[in-house]
Amino acid sequence: MATHDIAAPQGFIRKYIFSLDHKVIGLQYFFLALVAVFTGMFLSLLMRIHLVWPNASLPFFGEIKPETYLSLLTMHGTIMVFFVLTTAPQGGFGNYFLPIQIGAPDMAFPVLNMLSFWTTFLGFIVLVAAFFVTGGAPLHGWTGYAPLSALPSAGPGEGLGADLWITSIAIFCIGALMGALNFITTTLDMRAKGMTLMRMPLTCWAWFITAILGLLAFGVLLSAGILLLMDRNLGTSFFVPLVTVNGVLTGHKGGSPLLWQHLFWFFGHPEVYIAILPAMGLCSQLLSVFSRKPIFGYRAMVYAIMAIGFLGFMVWGHHMFMSGMSPYTAFAFSIMTMAIGVPSAIKTFNWLGTLWRGKIRFLSPMLFAIGFVSLFVVGGISGPFLAQPVLDIYLHETYFVIAHFHLIMGVASIFGIFAATYYWFPKMFGRMMNETLAKAHFWLTFVGAYAIFMPMHYYGMAGGLRRYSQGTEVEWINNLAPIQKFISIAAFVTIASQLIFLVNLFWSMKKGEKAADNPWEATTLEWTTATPPPHDNFGGVTPVVHNGPYEYSVPGAPRDFVMQTDAPVTAKH
Amino acid sequence: MADRVVAHDIPSVYEPSLFGTYSKKIGMWLFLMSDSLTFGALLYAYSYGRISTAGWPTPFHSASIVNATIMTAFLLTSSLTMVLAVRASVQKDAKMQTIWLLATIVCGAAFVVLHGREWSNLIAEGLTLPMFPQVPGHEVSAEFANVAKSVPQFPSTFFTLTGMHMLHVTLGIVYLGVVALRRKFIPILLALWLIAWLATPSYSPFHYGAHVLLLAAVVVSIILWLKPKVYDSSDVEVAGLYWHFVDLVWMFIFPLVYLMSARI
Repeated sequence: MATHDIAAPQGFIRKYIFSLDHKVIGLQYFFLALVAVFTGMFLSLLMRIHLVWPNASLPFFGEIKPETYLSLLTMHGTIMVFFVLTTAPQGGFGNYFLPIQIGAPDMAFPVLNMLSFWTTFLGFIVLVAAFFVTGGAPLHGWTGYAPLSALPSAGPGEGLGADLWITSIAIFCIGALMGALNFITTTLDMRAKGMTLMRMPLTCWAWFITAILGLLAFGVLLSAGILLLMDRNLGTSFFVPLVTVNGVLTGHKGGSPLLWQHLFWFFGHPEVYIAILPAMGLCSQLLSVFSRKPIFGYRAMVYAIMAIGFLGFMVWGHHMFMSGMSPYTAFAFSIMTMAIGVPSAIKTFNWLGTLWRGKIRFLSPMLFAIGFVSLFVVGGISGPFLAQPVLDIYLHETYFVIAHFHLIMGVASIFGIFAATYYWFPKMFGRMMNETLAKAHFWLTFVGAYAIFMPMHYYGMAGGLRRYSQGTEVEWINNLAPIQKFISIAAFVTIASQLIFLVNLFWSMKKGEKAADNPWEATTLEWTTATPPPHDNFGGVTPVVHNGPYEYSVPGAPRDFVMQTDAPVTAKH
Repeated sequence: MADRVVAHDIPSVYEPSLFGTYSKKIGMWLFLMSDSLTFGALLYAYSYGRISTAGWPTPFHSASIVNATIMTAFLLTSSLTMVLAVRASVQKDAKMQTIWLLATIVCGAAFVVLHGREWSNLIAEGLTLPMFPQVPGHEVSAEFANVAKSVPQFPSTFFTLTGMHMLHVTLGIVYLGVVALRRKFIPILLALWLIAWLATPSYSPFHYGAHVLLLAAVVVSIILWLKPKVYDSSDVEVAGLYWHFVDLVWMFIFPLVYLMSARI
């Protein structure tokens, strides 16, 4: 147990810039992710325009060239995966609410926490800098497959731009590692009296398991990044075989592109769960709060999160079925992948069980939580298809995979972020968000997300190839152009509707209705403290916990919810 | 053993912590877990390269092995002095604690210096990476140059693994220096940086690698500015965990990289 000096810091710089307060750091992560998500979304807007009107001349950008399209694709993926899906749910909301939900005054290592944010911030700056250097941003996709990513001569963005890209990833890894070990230590070491592991809210369990995944996964990506930097700058050949570029020998020999794929996906698959697990934990929380019912199968939920985290490390090979993998190895990876369906189904049925006969309050956080369940099921159901090597070899290079991972890892996780924002905004900023705008935002985004990604499944199954900047030269892809056009128009509407969220967010910060300490009538510890919470979270005292996190509609209790700090309830459900 | 000493730090308003220990120790164990995966990935890359390359060379003659054995001896001795430093800290013997920490630093520095000399010799004799500058006016040994030309995986994996380990030892020295001397270590660190930078010729990788020390000095200054507290016995113990881990990693690298590539 670390000891803390709990005196509030003085001066602007120590209070808001180099703050050691986990709440300020959480908000810093949140706003970093907000900037990143709008950057990434803007890149996807340019891509969607180019896919349908390849020769359109845009203001400021001119005509988008095919190699620019690949740069946009790379930067969109990298920004979204690292600086949004990893940063917002874990770094942002996790940082802000994990210590409060377990009754701690701060994270276990406040200085480390600050360093991990500023390291992540530096990583973002380095990444965005790749746009502005000679040659522009790299072309190799967010997965950075060698040898394309390892050879500066391989394309226009593969010079300094690719160096900045991989440096940014390495910096991000260091920041994520510092964050992960901080989260784990905090969870293990700083729980208030009575907050046993099995009384933790499922959000905390999700952040905890996510941190373990990050701890084990980012170290491997860091190594891969170092090796790639060496291949690029010191002339080693870890990932590059004997290869020519434009008929000229590169001087490399003996390396293996497969080595990069193994190292990358050993990180890359757990990364998928790093993005989605916090959203799962949060939605478990919200479905219980807004159904006024205990979560269905708390322990099963905990063990399912653990199982998903564990299995997540066993399945990286399913990203590499195309690499000419031995059928026996592919079979093993395929079986393990499909096994993840079991804990995922446990979670899904428990969510449905929680909703069943609940007194559901359809408020905006709940809508996004239900939306998450819907997207998780729809996006997840194509997983067992792709887990089979025979089907994957057909579908892998098509938009079917794009639709699959955008629904389950992208949009579902983003819905978790939205739900968290609407749910915790009153605690973070002391005001309520506008409910009408929130509902409009939900319906436009929910319908929009399906309008974008459902047709993409058909486009992919019909043979529409991913990564191609345009299909106008290929007849069968050309025939699918109306689908692309529909997707693009749906994307424009969905992107525009995100402005509603942005307006609501900043308007409510200043002008929103004042929030009570516990506006949602929830039970967990963040709702027992003031709004916004004081510097040490609980005003000099440490709460004592008597109840589980989901004591709703308990027979015999005075209210329909029993807070975790209330006197113990005797009635069992 | 050191747990007993700091057990009173655990306030009763919290649930008992994992294994009844304190946060910094858990944090360090977690860091070591992730760092072992970082090294694990590098060792995986090494074994991948070694297995997939036909005719892996074994160019290390007895002189190299003897040198590496002396380095190993220094590192193992440093582990012993580190244990003695932890014991002194538990006994609240501040003077002996500092002395043993400095002894550990000296052994670690001897390891780095010997290692650096070995690197420089190998590079001069032709076992080098393509982008390392040529050493002017030095006789290239046909055997090493031939290895670097025919199996580039050999110098690649050698310099990556040992370089990463050398970086860990160097940062360990900085860490122990801060635990032993706190603020007073920053000028020493800057002096070490200047020496390492100015005393190495511009074609040496250490000429540029020395800037790690400058970067470390900046980070250390920031941390000491934010947390200017007195380090206690738990800090010595946690620093010791890191130091022993770095030794343990060498116990993998030494047989895999040196002994399995020896020709005696």
